Amino acid sequence: MRKYGDLLFQIASMVTLVVALAALATLVYDIVSDGAGRLSLTFLTTFPSRKAEEAGVYHALMGTIWVIGLTAALALPIGVAAAIYLEEYGTRSRIARFIELNIANLAAVPSIIYGLLGLGLFVRLMGMGQSVMAGASTLALLALPVVILSTREALRTVPSSIREGSYALGATKWQTIWHQVLPMALPGVLTGLILALSRAIGETAPLITIGALTYIPFAPDSVWSKFTVLPIQVFNWVSRPQAEFHTNAAAAILVLLALLLSMNAVAIIVRDRYQRQERA
Amino acid sequence: MSTRALEWIIERLLFLCAALSVLTTAGIILVLAVETFEFLREVSVVEFLTGTEWTPLFANQRFGVLPLVVGTMLVSAIAMAVALPMGLLAAIYLSEYAPSAVRRIIKPVLEILAGVPTVVYGYFALTFVTPLLQQFLPSLSGFNALSPGLVMGLMILPLVSSLSEDAMRAVPRGLREGSYALGATRMQTALKVVVPAAFSGITAAFILAVSRAVGETMIVAIAAGQQPRLTSNPFVPIETMTAYIVQVSLGDTPQGTIEYRTIFAVGMLLFLMTFGLNLISTWLREKFREEYA
Repeated sequence: MRKYGDLLFQIASMVTLVVALAALATLVYDIVSDGAGRLSLTFLTTFPSRKAEEAGVYHALMGTIWVIGLTAALALPIGVAAAIYLEEYGTRSRIARFIELNIANLAAVPSIIYGLLGLGLFVRLMGMGQSVMAGASTLALLALPVVILSTREALRTVPSSIREGSYALGATKWQTIWHQVLPMALPGVLTGLILALSRAIGETAPLITIGALTYIPFAPDSVWSKFTVLPIQVFNWVSRPQAEFHTNAAAAILVLLALLLSMNAVAIIVRDRYQRQERA
Repeated sequence: MSTRALEWIIERLLFLCAALSVLTTAGIILVLAVETFEFLREVSVVEFLTGTEWTPLFANQRFGVLPLVVGTMLVSAIAMAVALPMGLLAAIYLSEYAPSAVRRIIKPVLEILAGVPTVVYGYFALTFVTPLLQQFLPSLSGFNALSPGLVMGLMILPLVSSLSEDAMRAVPRGLREGSYALGATRMQTALKVVVPAAFSGITAAFILAVSRAVGETMIVAIAAGQQPRLTSNPFVPIETMTAYIVQVSLGDTPQGTIEYRTIFAVGMLLFLMTFGLNLISTWLREKFREEYA
């Protein structure tokens, strides 16, 4: 009898996992079957339109690339610097402990709250308006906890003998970090950055909250341009009652997922090459 | 410049970057507090927290936040009803039963589930799950709490399962071996030894999942509707706190008006709720770590 109970329990657990995986497969199938027919080069290179069948995602794709590029440029140096401080300098101090706790808490703050911060701070107080700069600054704050955590992990994998060897040759602390530790940790840092960005690229709520536009007939040409991004375009189309716009939304989702997958592929390649170097 | 001075400057600069995270928290609290304070000068705290009507965008303005809070809790409860049992079962299977080859396949797939942008889940809820449910439940309206709740549960499941699994794997082998030695089956060991031993870690995972559900925005903004109403009926359109913030942000509400300030007041309430949950979760995780350190 107890044997049967055990077997039933094991089956129930497996069924649960299968249901979750089947739901994921259904989601992917649903979106591909809805949107794949709408995908074309024209869809990628035309501007939005009031007529569903003439609309494209060029503006949103360009907006996403501008915003994510700038987010990376802001989050990488600040995140790496913060991680170096916490891992190499202030590990034992009480302030460092407080900062750590704070970062852990920030990582769990809902993204829409960052949007309200961006609206109050970047858009209004600093007068950036609804620009690429304001959007990227908001997303950079959102991505920072992830960048910091992954950079710290990468720094921790560098053996302490490397640091000691460098000190023994008379290098200062910063020379050791800049010339020895950081280059060794770089692949791990970059993988973490890409993962943080692939989360930021799908963020919709904070950018809507700072007032990124839902209809915009041009692509950004500077960091002060107004912009829209792919997820906002998806939201805009899916919120309309007509089925043709839902098809557009599915096609735009496919573009977004393709971007996401290629970013993750890059991360995997970087990690893979690094591991091979390690072994060599 | 001497090397020593340069080293000193660099350390200060690095410290400033690390301190930016504290400034971010301070910034969030300050921005929310300033606008909320202005809001509360026009609407009393009692009316805001206990009023049962939320109509700031209509001519007859009422500022009772309860309908939004109840809507948020209704969707989160449905999501947890999915994510909690399924996540825990998946975690038990992955930690106690699955051969390592199976785990190597399933864990990345679960990570994909967690990495799908929420706007995609919103699309799925509105255009697939709702029509599907309507075939069995004819009274379900096009916008409702049920469908986004179920989909949100699916989205949160990987969070529950991976954090719970981590907690269970941290339970020392000796406990399991002792249980087997007494003749217990795997199920008995899992349910009566491992899960209780990992209890605070698992609870921390659940609470973090609730916090994620409460703050989730796009799924509900797309599929739950924009009608704040005080109901526990999952079949009718409702509005959550997050969806309300999105609704106002999409319109052009001028800065400085009371309608504009409502989103900060609602945001403040949302921040306090999730912040409280996160603190409890962190505290439980620390406690769990101490137990097996």
